[in-house]
Amino acid sequence: MGPYGRVGQVVDELDDRLGIAKGGRVFLDKIFPDHWSFMLGEIALYSFVVLIATGIFLALYFVPSTNQVIYHGTYKPLRGQVVSEAYESTVNISFAVRGGLLVRQMHHWAADIFVGSIVVHMARVFFTGAFRKPRETNWLIGTTMLILAILEGFIGYSLPDDLISGTGLRIGYSIAESIPFVGSYLTSFLWGGTFPGNVIIERFYLIHVFIIPLAIAGLLAAHLGLLVRQKHTQFKGEGRTETNVVGSPMFPTFMAKTTGFLFMVAGATALLGAFAQINPIWQFGSYDPSKISYAVQPDWYMGWLDGALRIMPSWEFAGWGHTVPLEVFLPAVVFPGLIFTIALLWPALEHRITGDNELHNLLDRPRDRPKRTAAGAALFALLFVLFAASSTDVLANYFHLSLNFVLWAFRVLTFVVPIVVAFVTYGICREMQGVQGIGKRKRAVIVYRSAEGEYSTVTAAPRPDDEHEELDPEPVPVRIDIEPLANGPQAANAESSPTGARRVTR
Amino acid sequence: MSDDEQETTRTRVPMPIATLSDPHLGDAAKHPSRVEGIIALIFVLGIVMTAGFGAAYWQNWNPWIIGGTMGAGLFLLGFGLTAWGKYLMPQGPFVEERHVLAGSPEERGAMSAALVERSAVVVKRRKLLGGLFALGAGIFGIVAIFPLLRSLGPVPGTSLDRTDWRKGSLLVDSNGRSVKRGTLVVGGIMTVYPQNFEYSPNGQATDQTVLIRVQDSDLVTAPGRETWAPAGYVAYSKVCTHLGCPVGLYEQQLELLVCPCHQSMFNVRNGAVPQFGPAPRPLPQLPLYFDSDGTLRAQTGFDQAVGPGFFERTTTEKL
Repeated sequence: MGPYGRVGQVVDELDDRLGIAKGGRVFLDKIFPDHWSFMLGEIALYSFVVLIATGIFLALYFVPSTNQVIYHGTYKPLRGQVVSEAYESTVNISFAVRGGLLVRQMHHWAADIFVGSIVVHMARVFFTGAFRKPRETNWLIGTTMLILAILEGFIGYSLPDDLISGTGLRIGYSIAESIPFVGSYLTSFLWGGTFPGNVIIERFYLIHVFIIPLAIAGLLAAHLGLLVRQKHTQFKGEGRTETNVVGSPMFPTFMAKTTGFLFMVAGATALLGAFAQINPIWQFGSYDPSKISYAVQPDWYMGWLDGALRIMPSWEFAGWGHTVPLEVFLPAVVFPGLIFTIALLWPALEHRITGDNELHNLLDRPRDRPKRTAAGAALFALLFVLFAASSTDVLANYFHLSLNFVLWAFRVLTFVVPIVVAFVTYGICREMQGVQGIGKRKRAVIVYRSAEGEYSTVTAAPRPDDEHEELDPEPVPVRIDIEPLANGPQAANAESSPTGARRVTR
Repeated sequence: MSDDEQETTRTRVPMPIATLSDPHLGDAAKHPSRVEGIIALIFVLGIVMTAGFGAAYWQNWNPWIIGGTMGAGLFLLGFGLTAWGKYLMPQGPFVEERHVLAGSPEERGAMSAALVERSAVVVKRRKLLGGLFALGAGIFGIVAIFPLLRSLGPVPGTSLDRTDWRKGSLLVDSNGRSVKRGTLVVGGIMTVYPQNFEYSPNGQATDQTVLIRVQDSDLVTAPGRETWAPAGYVAYSKVCTHLGCPVGLYEQQLELLVCPCHQSMFNVRNGAVPQFGPAPRPLPQLPLYFDSDGTLRAQTGFDQAVGPGFFERTTTEKL
């Protein structure tokens, strides 16, 4: 047996066949820059893992069928009612399958977290300029995954065939119907006739459990593959250049942290599923096209579209023997199409404006790119106003305002807020650029008065805690010995280390 | 440093523990043995919770106990592992050089040359073959769309313009009961369908009609509709002209039908003209009459397509 024991033997055997040693070592040494914002994408990745795991569990018990049956299950208020098999099986998952309610709620929470973390991750990539050359492809892949995730979420919560999701489907049908020339064909082919038909749940089920997850999984693999190939971006800092990566190594540090993070994301989702009720479909009842509920909003990532639909004036075009429902087509088809087109094309747009053809591996501070930051903030402000507009009725009720006032307020805010946010953001960025020592810990300013009565200010010396050791980055050695300098307070007094620690002030 | 050099490096490189290089860490990190104890405790708690999850599942306790123990167990194990990585594993900073992804000018040139030169020799000289293959692939692509278009569903035709309301259709409620003169008091509302709607595919969705008794006497909602609302019974399609939600709320005092989805409001007295909200058109009105038995029937079907607009919709009548 060689010097490395069993592990060495296994490596030898595998290397003989698969040639893993050379690349494997490089992989173990792979450096991941450390910054809290770099874990946002990991949340998305791990909630996708949770979605797959919980989704498999649900698929074991869910029946994708609109066949009408009489409910005889354990939930008494529904007994004797005519419900669809999809609805019946979802209620059964909630009450008759052991752990079923938990897994269902975990799946729904994980979906909300999935889309949310993608959006926040995308915002990080946008505001720090991580999408610039050479990473435009990964921006395109990521944005496509966001679109797919939103679609997947909408289709997913449509499957249980409860009253609220059925109403959502009806609205989705009408939106598709509003598209000029092809709308009625599109809906007739997809729904197998007019609404509601009896095939949409089966078809959406296939799309939900197979087609979109497969597409997301493929794009995810490409996303991560490109990340490994192009290496992660990093913020400017000591020893960090455009041509290196500074951080912690894949094995063991990053692997421990990220595996732990997978468990934490799964654990947090399980806690939400256990203690925070979501989508209690047994309260809504099976879908009945002539019934409707009041004050219901879609899942959060559809809210901006619903808000846009609400505040749009009723501008239907009718003439030449045709009808174009612009009051639906513009806010629900053209507007999201425009938003996602701008998102997809942003790297190209910015390239066209700046003419910048360099490769970028160091990230921007948002304040250093005030125009981009202002544009992004304005877009988020617009989406947030529209999201809030999806509860005009609830807000009017709650604040005892007239619905008309709330509607017009949102029509105005939709245009005013993004403009104000853009200018304020731009101003803050420019302001921050001019501040000395920004990003460093604040120090006291001492005001002295001289004998002549003259005042002068001096910045105080850094507090002892503000000083820390910072090491010059070095390549990952084969063996990393973890030798604490000492236990106790004298550890902080170490003047230097063999790797060249130096005292810096933060 | 190349891989070969790294592999021969077996010298021990003493490193201060990670924590000392991290300005955000306090005293805890300077006492690794204490940190190890805390992480061990977290792991033990995680193990206890995970075992509790097993017991809860086995015994089929409440969902929140199953989920609470499972979530807490997973979270604690993950938290411990992350803390282990953050406080007790080498943080570096370590550095790695980025490989330049781009090849040398020669390599690029060789790639482009191969693409251009070979296609010039092999493909361009055989334009006929290339054209034929492209034609075949194109034809297949078009043919492959046929099943997608023709088998998934029928061509819409006039399906969106039609409902099951006919001349003389008997108005019934969802249980099949017909409507007499005294069925509704003034201010009353119900949902009606044409008799036997349950045998029509999607009948419930498209035929649903809201019947309101607005007053005691005949009601004229618009010129030309003098006979449509006998004894104050007026019927409108229940499918909202905005996005097709059922117009399910009736504001009796104001005589407004309200769609809860996007708050379109329709004035019942003057032909369901939209008074507020995004709905572009009035709800189509169903002309009614009492037959010789005093039972409510439809004079004809709707005079236009019900529900939201679509491109082929031709009736553009506005009140």
